[in-house]
Amino acid sequence: MLTGEDKKLIQQVWGKLGGAEEEVGAEALWRMFHSYPPTKTYFPHFDLSQGSDQIRGHGKKVVAALGNAIKNLDNLSQALSELSNLHAYNLRVDPPRFSLQFLSQCLQVVLATRLGKEYTPEVHSAVDKFMSAVAAVLAEKYR
Amino acid sequence: MVHWTAEEKQLIASVWGKVSVEECGAEALARLLIVYPWTQRFFSDFGNLSSPTAIIGNPKVRAHGKKVLTSFGDAIKNLENLKVTYSKLSELHCDKLHVDPENFRLLGDILIIVLAAHFTKDFTPACQATWQKLVGVVAHALAHKYH
Repeated sequence: MLTGEDKKLIQQVWGKLGGAEEEVGAEALWRMFHSYPPTKTYFPHFDLSQGSDQIRGHGKKVVAALGNAIKNLDNLSQALSELSNLHAYNLRVDPPRFSLQFLSQCLQVVLATRLGKEYTPEVHSAVDKFMSAVAAVLAEKYR
Repeated sequence: MVHWTAEEKQLIASVWGKVSVEECGAEALARLLIVYPWTQRFFSDFGNLSSPTAIIGNPKVRAHGKKVLTSFGDAIKNLENLKVTYSKLSELHCDKLHVDPENFRLLGDILIIVLAAHFTKDFTPACQATWQKLVGVVAHALAHKYH
């Protein structure tokens, strides 16, 4: 799946975020709720207004998890093991394939708006593959 | 029938007005073939698709990308009447081209990313939401005549 080149590109892209990870996470979530309203059904307990502390807090969590995954690209299954359990047994988000597909799309849009031309086809491909791999790991224990 | 608010129509028009159909179309199609290489199955007579560089420089990819996005422009001119507008195209994609409609969704999402990279922060969440709705509706219209 992820080639050596892909891994390099992913790490580079993440490096370019330079401390803005929290904003990136919050914005990705906000875009996801806005573009795909059904995703809000998983957050009935959240204040989903723009800029809410809960969206910021959760965006930060999501991005931290992705950051951790990026540091462990050779062993995603293990790095995401706890999260995999959480999604399968507690959260039971409808097949991650769907929700992560929306989150993946929105995260990529945020990256593209920040990086412009630097979000090249090669980078785009690597990030898409990475998010796909993350989704696959999170779905491992569903049944 | 899909309902479009005045704001949505405005967001569509203002983005579309600034898009180079040729550049954007070429880029979107190239990215489809790069990010989802299995889509190359539909373009076996396009020549060299062996690397991202080859794909991006391939004149057939550019030309076809322009064609596809030009057709997208027709959709934008006919938002109230998409299924009829795309009726023949839908039949073509099913009966002659044998394209799985899932590919329309993939191309739609890629187009959005191309727009995001192009417009950067001007591609606001409201803009994205409207365009995600648009590409979804276009994909649906294109799949409508499948049997």
